Amino acid sequence: MKQEIIIAGFGGQGVLSMGKILAYAGLMDDLEVTWMPSYGPEQRGGTANVTVILSNEPISSPVLDSFDTAVILNQQSLDKFESKVKPGGMLIYDPYGIHHMPQRTDISVHRIDAMEATFDLKSSKAYNMVVLGALLKLRPIVPVESVMAGLKKVLPERHHHLLDLNREAIMRGMDLVKD
Amino acid sequence: MKGNEAIAHAAIRYGVDGYFGYPITPQSEILETLEAEMPWETTGMVVLQAESEISSINMVYGGAATGKAVMTSSSSPGISLMQEGLSYIAAGELPALVVNVMRGGPGLGTIHPSQSDYFQATKGGGHGDYHFIVLAPATVQEMADFVGLGFDLAFKYRTPAMILADGIVGQMMEKVVLPPFRPRRTDEEIALQCPWAVTGHPAKRKPNVMTTLELDSAKMEENNERYQRTYRLIESNEVRFQGYHLDDAEYLMVAFGSMARICLKAIEDARLAGMKIGLIRPITLWPFPYEAIAELSRKVKGMLVVELNAGQMIEDVRIATEGRVPVHHFGRMGGIVPDPGQVLDSFISFFPHSK
Repeated sequence: MKQEIIIAGFGGQGVLSMGKILAYAGLMDDLEVTWMPSYGPEQRGGTANVTVILSNEPISSPVLDSFDTAVILNQQSLDKFESKVKPGGMLIYDPYGIHHMPQRTDISVHRIDAMEATFDLKSSKAYNMVVLGALLKLRPIVPVESVMAGLKKVLPERHHHLLDLNREAIMRGMDLVKD
Repeated sequence: MKGNEAIAHAAIRYGVDGYFGYPITPQSEILETLEAEMPWETTGMVVLQAESEISSINMVYGGAATGKAVMTSSSSPGISLMQEGLSYIAAGELPALVVNVMRGGPGLGTIHPSQSDYFQATKGGGHGDYHFIVLAPATVQEMADFVGLGFDLAFKYRTPAMILADGIVGQMMEKVVLPPFRPRRTDEEIALQCPWAVTGHPAKRKPNVMTTLELDSAKMEENNERYQRTYRLIESNEVRFQGYHLDDAEYLMVAFGSMARICLKAIEDARLAGMKIGLIRPITLWPFPYEAIAELSRKVKGMLVVELNAGQMIEDVRIATEGRVPVHHFGRMGGIVPDPGQVLDSFISFFPHSK
């Protein structure tokens, strides 16, 4: 098993944290993982993206030119990464803020209305967990329990009361995926 | 955890006595992690944010002169500021660890990954005939492991060691097994291990003096000869490198640090298309693995040196190959990182018959 994933959106959407939680979940599952962020000024409102690789084997390059899965949360990221999904790969996008929909037909494209679902949850910070839930439903790379264990590791103890909200958000994201 | 965080944790666990540094992207997490971990309350390690890099390196100079295990970290422009101190530490034959998480230069440059300080690190960025041991980590695990290795070598040979990393390996996260905790050395242990250390003046022995000023040129030449003997010893004992897919390799890539991993991915892709490319990853950039590359230059048809710079390590590769095979260079500069596809495209453009 090897999954090469790019998660891309605006700084502040929780893109890097989502990747981090996914990487920690892989760690809990005894997988090899790498988490490579775009770092620097992008983190303040510009575009942010992170490459996460989960694999049974040692991982060579943390920097990639093509991906099994792209999670796209804004227009700039769609423009940049749609062409970089491997043929037969998967593109997951939130149409909120996207004007030109994905065009590829040789990959599976999934629309996830995660921003709308987050409005219902009344916690904008849970947005990335809704997206993660949808990703995990479509690509069951790691079980939800590993994600929760990863979250526990990433969240400082003073925020552990938010674990339930995060679980709810992940479940909500999973429900967004239409069978 | 991040590579930078791994360095901080490994330093505490190694029993480092002091860290002196000044923040700069992309390595500020080293100081941040040390301050969050507060080792002064557990191991007694001193963590100090100095007012500048010049101050940091001179605190390292002072700490190292007392036989303590001391270190600093910075990124390219900050390391440039430290060059005077580094020359002094090398002249004083003092063990110390310096971490450079390189960013794009020259000047203040960018905050993004680069390997353009290879010359500065391996050829002596300060004045005088000196070297220090340069370790180039490619994984977060090596970021952690090279702290201990760097200090061990520094104390073994009484010479500073440098971890020459780049923004990728500093900022990326992967799995890491941290080294076990060991206690800081006691004053008695330091006195035993470092009889030269300036530790105060017990009546029983002659005072130790630490100076790099020697106005008698004959004596200064003697000092230089002693430094050079140490360097020859390090060159014969401490060369480290890793080879990948060498058994059937018809061509070779040479790369260090995170660039080596990007090359490895390019090679894995190339091998699916039947191209027999191998990879040499120098782990010690000084001493450089000249012999391994010389040997391979008798077997392969050509080499591509891939670096995040305009062509620096390629000079050492050319020295090793002595013109036996064509040696080309592919590099990106200023903080741009090529992906595996670009590396392979470049390789094919130089060696079209490799396909």
